[in-house]
Amino acid sequence: MTLPDGVVRRTFDGRERLATRGEPVYGEPTDGPWRLWDAGRSKLGAMLELGLDTGLAGGESVLYLGAASGTTVSHVADFSGPTYAVEFAPRPARDLVDVAEARPNLFPLLKDARKPATYAHVVESDLDALIQDVATRGQARVAARNRQFLRDDGRLLAAVKARSEDVTADPETVFEDVLDDLRATYEVLETARLDRYHDDHLAVVARPRTTD
Amino acid sequence: MTEHDSAGWFAAVDPVDLDGAREAIEDGSADEPRDWPALAVDAGFAADDGEYYDRLHEATVRATREAVRERERADDQQLVHAVRSMDDAERTANELAERVAEWAGALFDEASTGVAGAREVAERAPETAAERRVVSLAERVVDIADEADDLRAFVERTAPAVAPNLSRMAGAVLAARLIALVGGLGDLAKKPSGTVQVLGAEDALFAHLAGRASSPKHGVIYTHDYVRNTRPEDRGSAARALAGKLVIAARIDHYAGDMRPELHEELDDRIAAIRARADS
Repeated sequence: MTLPDGVVRRTFDGRERLATRGEPVYGEPTDGPWRLWDAGRSKLGAMLELGLDTGLAGGESVLYLGAASGTTVSHVADFSGPTYAVEFAPRPARDLVDVAEARPNLFPLLKDARKPATYAHVVESDLDALIQDVATRGQARVAARNRQFLRDDGRLLAAVKARSEDVTADPETVFEDVLDDLRATYEVLETARLDRYHDDHLAVVARPRTTD
Repeated sequence: MTEHDSAGWFAAVDPVDLDGAREAIEDGSADEPRDWPALAVDAGFAADDGEYYDRLHEATVRATREAVRERERADDQQLVHAVRSMDDAERTANELAERVAEWAGALFDEASTGVAGAREVAERAPETAAERRVVSLAERVVDIADEADDLRAFVERTAPAVAPNLSRMAGAVLAARLIALVGGLGDLAKKPSGTVQVLGAEDALFAHLAGRASSPKHGVIYTHDYVRNTRPEDRGSAARALAGKLVIAARIDHYAGDMRPELHEELDDRIAAIRARADS
């Protein structure tokens, strides 16, 4: 499994860690132009660290849902092309704007990922990747509604959070339900538990189901 | 912008007008995404993709920064005024509606009670001077009841911006009531949870402190599903758990402002455990 261009493994404090090249944003350790991408703070980082085949080669156009303060999306923008970052809560979006300011290919949007019509006039069609990390009930529904932004052979990279769907149910059951819902619009290519880095999260790599 | 729903954000925007761009990004919509960079170049909004993305970057950063600032300025005091006005308007509408019902009952054959009754009376064509007065009064009742509805809609829109966690946990109206009872979000954030548990039950609390009654188990938080729909012997536990998390939610909203889903999950877990006692 190869990392996307622009993401490398470098040694920080004696350990091999992921890094991207860009302006530091949250006080992360740096090594020359490279800054540490902490898989423990980023679900996409954990997916790359675990060797999932994300289909990312570098330079992709990306829609990122649930950008929060912009920690992960700052790394995504470091190795991607146009990157649209959607976040719904004002407080973290304030930090996201600061992160975006220094990155000309990062476009922050204060929008609700459950309502794509409110940003479809800004986000372009035929994107290469849809990265989703939203802590809301109905994560499969969010992915389905945002399918319209993805090109037919694009990739959905989702971190599904069990506790957002149902706190009392067993995570395995929740993941099965979410995957079942997801299969209506996507073909699931690969899944992996992220527990080493993030409790009760399932990483999903999927491709849009085409109608033909 | 909003003329038709297949246009990009840039359609009616002058490339150098950042305020116009901000408005278009914030308020616009489209039924589906399209190849906006190419369409923008075709429309002469930008010379090439690179210039389009530069303009998009400038516009989205500006739009989002302004939108964040506006949402954060959403003021807890406006919310306090609105929820108090809403309660006053509802109470006044109900009182006057009873007056209308009493009077209309003497003039018309069938007259039902409440605001719904007043709405019926307001529709009538009066024939005498007395009827004119009662129909006019009923119209005022309808106006006040409509105003109460509008105020409720305003509260429901504003509360999540002022206090996202508290509103998600308590619902917009109860969140606003709690804030109004202590006077502000900052004040609520500084209250101990035992106080929040009995906010709105001051009469019962002071009767208890004077030794005349048992301590109240809950105040306005009684209207919350987690208290009301828990069986009576467990309601004290439920109210205590809810009040504890509400105070934490208020503190996060006042001092941090981001949404913390874990907090809501913890409360859901706790209430599920309390309710499970009924099964054992």
